[in-house]
Amino acid sequence: MKLFSWRFIRVWQRNKDVFFKLWHSEAPGFVAEPLIVLIAMGFGLGAYVTMVEGQRYIEFLAPGIIAAYAMFSASFECTYASFVRMEFQKTFDAIITTPLNVEDVIAGEIFWGATRSFMTGTIILVIAVAFQLVHSPWAVLIPVLAFLEGIMFASIAICYTSIVPAIYSFNYYFTLFITPMFLLSGVFFPLDSFSEIVQGLSWLAPLTPAVRLTRALVNGDIQLELLWSLAVIVLVAAVFFSISLVTMRRRLTV
Amino acid sequence: MLPGADIIMVMIKTKNLNKYYKDLLAVDNVNLEIEEGECFGLLGTNGAGKTSLIRMLTAVSPPTRGDIWVGGKDLKTYSRQIKAIVGVVPQIDNLDLDLTVRENLVTFARYFSIPRDEAHRRSTEVLNLFELEVKRDSNIKELSGGMKRRLLLARGFLNLPRILVLDEPTIGLDPQARFLVWHKLTELKSRGVTELLCTQNMEEAATLCDRVAIMHLGKILTLDTPSNLVSRYVGKEVGEIEVNPEEMDRTIRVMVSNGLDFEYAGNRIYVFHVPVDKFSKGPADLSARIKRRAATLEDVFLRLTGRSLVE
Repeated sequence: MKLFSWRFIRVWQRNKDVFFKLWHSEAPGFVAEPLIVLIAMGFGLGAYVTMVEGQRYIEFLAPGIIAAYAMFSASFECTYASFVRMEFQKTFDAIITTPLNVEDVIAGEIFWGATRSFMTGTIILVIAVAFQLVHSPWAVLIPVLAFLEGIMFASIAICYTSIVPAIYSFNYYFTLFITPMFLLSGVFFPLDSFSEIVQGLSWLAPLTPAVRLTRALVNGDIQLELLWSLAVIVLVAAVFFSISLVTMRRRLTV
Repeated sequence: MLPGADIIMVMIKTKNLNKYYKDLLAVDNVNLEIEEGECFGLLGTNGAGKTSLIRMLTAVSPPTRGDIWVGGKDLKTYSRQIKAIVGVVPQIDNLDLDLTVRENLVTFARYFSIPRDEAHRRSTEVLNLFELEVKRDSNIKELSGGMKRRLLLARGFLNLPRILVLDEPTIGLDPQARFLVWHKLTELKSRGVTELLCTQNMEEAATLCDRVAIMHLGKILTLDTPSNLVSRYVGKEVGEIEVNPEEMDRTIRVMVSNGLDFEYAGNRIYVFHVPVDKFSKGPADLSARIKRRAATLEDVFLRLTGRSLVE
């Protein structure tokens, strides 16, 4: 495996420039949709839901939405968007004739995907603060956590992108991986309502530790065992990041 | 003359270069020495291995076997430094569709770490050079095919390359734009830039290249100056005779008995190294019907790679 260099920043800059040119077409996905889910589920469904510890449902939901939409941002960016750049626009092919190597390009894509998670997480956090759903100063760490979570989901996504034959392959990724995680990783309801087996399985879904950490930061419920969640995110991110550097080199330099 | 001043520096050197795609041998043991400041042409049919060879020389694709040195440095070890001094004009349009014409150039300059002001200055310069200034704020989709090609060329000039690698640079260009490109390439060569030109346009190769290599099925068949290739393989003039199918056999026999160097395809016989005197003494009906014309690199190419389709 070859490592990436500081030059990855050039790819990050390129993606950032394009994003801020076209941000209005992206905004519905990362601002409007989470806001609608938060209001519809939080206030609508929340009116019928009583939480055990006297918490309002929307207060329970808000950190889940932050973590989930941070996941969506990195995942869309590093599947469909990266694939279009790679296969249809041949942008990666053009870049690797310059002093940048494949690893720089992929690191740039992953860090850009993570930046999207950071932006999404931060925007929803600000909205949640405006709705007075955030009660702990620990919440200032949420943007950092969203970035880290973004590195993890961007790396997994790029890994998948490096092996797919065509763009419709991403339907599987979202239908079988991302959407089930969205519903079953503790975003909408606590996992202890499931049997212990299902709870154990939910740890396989990398969104679970992200939701757990985000919720702890929003509630200021900081415990030592949260380090396990953090460790899972770091480990999964490191593994998939490394694999994607290898599989992408194989794909792009035939 | 200073001692050593006549030593020619080898800019690109390959040794026993091979490229396999699974079991398919795309580049077969290629040994090349391209000198500094020369324009080196690479000719070949579709699928001859030109693009595979170029991808290896530009450090985009690793050789299956063999070595490459650029500017005396091993390409495996110094790929970044080498890529920094090479300008690549690809065959496939890979302009950045998310950016405007000017943004394409400025963003590309950034990949080379060219400072911002300098990047803007050079972008303006290459836009003027290729007469694209009026399109500076257009989206790539609004450009014609010829404009895209010119923009790809402009982009390849941004890093002030010492080596330009051009894969079919004038394909799809109108004659005006083609002459513009040829003129720029000649000008750059006179400033000492080494050019590796991959083309299927024989006129282009004959006009621009100091030496050309003809590639076929992954191998370099021959390598020399265009004029040497012409005189070696086909002679100064080529004679063409149109023959009816029924008289083909007889005509071929006459050719053989006259000891002529010829080839036929369809209804046409091509006579190479046309001997002025000998042929005039030949069969009366043939010498009256033969059409003589100046031989070109295209005759050499067709002779060496065959007249039927390869792919």
